[in-house]
Amino acid sequence: MKKHSFAPRSLLLAGAMLGAFTLSAAAQQPAAAPAAGAAPAAQPLPPGSPLIGRPDNEAAAKLAPVAPPPLPSAPDKLPLAKLKVPAGFNVEVYAAGMANARSLALGDKGTVFVGSRLVDKVYAIVNKDGKRSVKVIASGLYRPNGVAFKDGTLYIAELSKVSKIDKIEDNLDNPPKPTVIYDKLPKDEAHGWKFIAIGPDNKLYVPVGQPGNNVLHDADHGQIRRMNLDGSGAEVYALGVRNSVGFDWNPETKQMYFTDNGRDWLSETVPEDELNRVTKAGEDFGAPFCYQGNIIDQELGWGKNCKDYTAPVGLMGPHTASLGMRFYTGSQFPKGYKNAIFVARHGSWNKSQKQGGDVVVVKLNKDGTAKSMEPFLTGFLEDNKYVGRPVDVMLLKDGSLLVSDDWNGAVYRVSYGKPKVANQ
Amino acid sequence: MHKTIIAALALAALSFSADAETIQERAVACFACHGEHGTSETENTPSLGGQQAPYALIQLFMFREKLRVFEPMNEMAKPMTDDDLRTFSDFIATLPKPTPPTEAGDPARMARGQALAQQNRCNSCHNTDFSGKDNVPRIANQREDYLAKTLAEYKDNSRHGYDATMADVMQTVAKEQIGDLAYYVAHFR
Repeated sequence: MKKHSFAPRSLLLAGAMLGAFTLSAAAQQPAAAPAAGAAPAAQPLPPGSPLIGRPDNEAAAKLAPVAPPPLPSAPDKLPLAKLKVPAGFNVEVYAAGMANARSLALGDKGTVFVGSRLVDKVYAIVNKDGKRSVKVIASGLYRPNGVAFKDGTLYIAELSKVSKIDKIEDNLDNPPKPTVIYDKLPKDEAHGWKFIAIGPDNKLYVPVGQPGNNVLHDADHGQIRRMNLDGSGAEVYALGVRNSVGFDWNPETKQMYFTDNGRDWLSETVPEDELNRVTKAGEDFGAPFCYQGNIIDQELGWGKNCKDYTAPVGLMGPHTASLGMRFYTGSQFPKGYKNAIFVARHGSWNKSQKQGGDVVVVKLNKDGTAKSMEPFLTGFLEDNKYVGRPVDVMLLKDGSLLVSDDWNGAVYRVSYGKPKVANQ
Repeated sequence: MHKTIIAALALAALSFSADAETIQERAVACFACHGEHGTSETENTPSLGGQQAPYALIQLFMFREKLRVFEPMNEMAKPMTDDDLRTFSDFIATLPKPTPPTEAGDPARMARGQALAQQNRCNSCHNTDFSGKDNVPRIANQREDYLAKTLAEYKDNSRHGYDATMADVMQTVAKEQIGDLAYYVAHFR
């Protein structure tokens, strides 16, 4: 009965739409255009589609990107009891209730800034009189994943622009709106969200990912740019970068290291995500032609040679989504961790048996290449399902390590020695 | 006129939520537009029956946070607590799913729609029967006008998805193809 009552309306509508489309299509495409609504025979997937390159089999068809729950977990529902750290280390909840908590930045006065990707907010974890609280300091932003802090100013990277708030820590209760400093950025959704950081050269580093899984693109994509802190003087610093969501500088050599996510669908075991080192401006790291330093892409790599690109200094596992990374420059952890790199691996979606979903520690050889990779914070992956997903890592002044988790909207703190409450 | 009715309903919902009412009582405000038995009879307004609870939760959250903008729903969701959002999304999932049409759709349009759905691999995330899974919505037998409207909004990026997937997928679907795609999914049996 119900169907009868709406059928005529929807038929009418369909008719009207079909008519309109036919007319407009005919008007715009005079010659050899296909009939309106006709499906061209072998149309490729859209450039940004995560399904590009998907093999046609049942196991592959089950895999799709995993979206986190929208609501942050209540503090008592966090998976804290499941998390494991090496002997002598402790893990605690530092702050909770921040939906989709992503990248981390530390203010001079101890405020921790937290970006987000799937909501519109930047949070501040404020330490005052020995108490911690969470404030929203900016909202209405579009995919504000990246945050960086320098000399009192907070920098925020949205999908296609970078803005700043001066003297942020003096205005946490009533912060002014961010002021845009740079917006000459593409607007692609795929790999468009940004991690940002400020280098030892006092420049702001801003990545622009490749706009899809495995695509040829123009000169505005697939790179890391750097610019002055007012947004001027932007230049391309690194090329052949597929999607970097974390970087830091070696405290000894001052060289930039960055993680890069390998392409999907090539296989369950390769390519591995990369840990790269930039030794000079303008280096090319190979994507989308060469992955992990030794795999020529089966589709786009014809006529290319991996020797023409800078190979990674370390491999981070296939599809593990290695994101935030920082060198350990603190003194709280045992000596073996000095100048090692902590890397947050968000965890795979493009693998039947999920891998990653942890924080690992990468120790380096004297020549700056990776010597070892060991698990550090684990337990986020349970029965091939995520109970949490690490995104970024960051040191506090006391040498303890913060870890953000966008699945639960929380930040954890890992410390070494006799457990005590965070104190900066 | 239409707006006034919706505003009044939103107000009603506001006062409902103050009392300890059952979810069935509170959902009366939803039914006014979305249909009492999970199937909508209102233009451009989606059927909710059998919707995936995680997807419904994301949408209610996005309405509350104004990440998805549609004034009546933004007003409805405004006073909701996190637990309210969970209660409503779980409840929505229990409503009967929309029934497939008794008659087969126009064969030419169905064939074109099916080809488009295959090319764009809608079945990979939305499932082979379009019942959805987790954060990916059930779209089978959704209202055709709502499907067409939504696809067009994803294409011109006026509706921001929770993540970027649909914006990417719609990049190479031509505007002229949206009608057939919506027709096919709405009439899927």
